[in-house]
Amino acid sequence: MERLFIELKSSLIDLAAWFGVPAGWLPLLSAFLSAATIMAAAPVIMMYQTWFERKVVGRFQDRYGPNRVGPFGLFQPIADGVKALQKEDLVPAKADKLLHFLAPALVVVPTFMLFLFVPWGRGMVAADIDTGLLFFFAFAGLQAPIIVTAGWAPRNKFSVLGGLRAAAQVLSYGVPMAISAVAVVMAAGSLSSSAIVEAQGDNWFILTPWGAFAFVIFFVCVVAETKRTPFDMPEAESELVAGFHTEYSGLKFALFFMAEYMGSFAACMLATTLFLGGWSGPEFLPSWAIFMAKSGVLFFVMVWFRGTLPRLRIDQMLGLAWKFLFPLSLVTMVAEGLWYFLRTDGRMAGAILWPLAILAVSYWILSVVMMREFVRGNKPRGKQDAW
Amino acid sequence: MPTPILVILVFGAMAVVFGMVGALLPRFVGPRTPGKEKERAYECGVVESGDPWSASRVQFYFFALIFLVFDVEALFLFPWAVIFKDAGWLGFWEMLVFLGVLALGWGFAWRTRSLEWE
Repeated sequence: MERLFIELKSSLIDLAAWFGVPAGWLPLLSAFLSAATIMAAAPVIMMYQTWFERKVVGRFQDRYGPNRVGPFGLFQPIADGVKALQKEDLVPAKADKLLHFLAPALVVVPTFMLFLFVPWGRGMVAADIDTGLLFFFAFAGLQAPIIVTAGWAPRNKFSVLGGLRAAAQVLSYGVPMAISAVAVVMAAGSLSSSAIVEAQGDNWFILTPWGAFAFVIFFVCVVAETKRTPFDMPEAESELVAGFHTEYSGLKFALFFMAEYMGSFAACMLATTLFLGGWSGPEFLPSWAIFMAKSGVLFFVMVWFRGTLPRLRIDQMLGLAWKFLFPLSLVTMVAEGLWYFLRTDGRMAGAILWPLAILAVSYWILSVVMMREFVRGNKPRGKQDAW
Repeated sequence: MPTPILVILVFGAMAVVFGMVGALLPRFVGPRTPGKEKERAYECGVVESGDPWSASRVQFYFFALIFLVFDVEALFLFPWAVIFKDAGWLGFWEMLVFLGVLALGWGFAWRTRSLEWE
């Protein structure tokens, strides 16, 4: 079971070679097989994410969730897809027609790309490059311009505002997200996602003092990056109708929805890779099953957030990113440095206490300062105006 | 084994095709009953006023600038993080000085209320 997918792929390639496909074409075929597998797997995962989320949120709200279409409502996502396909394609008369088409078409592209750089199992990174992590962050950041375009195109006040808000949010949370990953890179000494998993082995990074902090920062940022509750400001129904996708109907809307869900699962996968030991786990289970299970648990935590937390206000949300998570992520980096140096010096107690101490002190200071600002606002002192 | 770049290109092309088909399909499958009222921008049933394609708040520009500064900083941190173990204490302290300079800029941004959303 462990090498099921790898063996399957190599035997398919052998089969192609046996049928007389020239050797020069085999790398292309191999690339095609990897790409097609992920291309098929990601939407299926996304469909069952929506089903899972509706089931779990349903339970949180004391109802059943989808249970009519198929056993346990398992065919619900397919029914949803068919329904979305049959909807009329509404384009506002004043919209920029080309951008209104391009934005939903392109929004899925960077999210799909994210799946190339996560290790789905031992030796199962589709594009195993030395800078995989940077590529992941680059493609995650590509979402922002596409979403601004999506908001801009229909010429609707709410969607323009929603798009700009989404951009501000994705950009703001992208910084602490990347920096909290820097601590992991320091510990693993590599930017390649499979090397990061191998560097952890059974000592997951979340079990170190800096790793626990970095994981929480990273996960909060990831929830905000994928615009999920409690950070779903761009789509705040009570303020902005549906935000940047107000004017998209049917399958175009479904594409935005898809990008969001696939993005959140890819982010769960990356969090698993960076902090939860990726595919390492008990030997009797295949590595890809362990990896999917861990990512699934993280996605459950996201759903749990959604079932529990109310939405933040936008100024609080951006304040949280810049005034709290960003400085704290820098501190986790310093803590990692101390942890490594003190441990190589053989000072085990110091290696645990020093990072914990600086993290705890900065956490305390930052939270006191930030909470005070939330309560009374950051007013300039006296009459002097900052600008 | 294929080169990773090949996988990225093939997969990117497939993703673009996926998106294009997804966005084009409803044009041919869905019903088409256009109407004047239907094609107005949706603003909760109220007649829309003003043009949304106008200047927006300078706030967004501040955030973009600050993001640029600190994201480039993060980019500088990555190569350092890879060789951090070989760089030793000296490299560590050097990076702390760099972070200190950036922290000054961050403090300035906070003090001048550029991190506020109003």
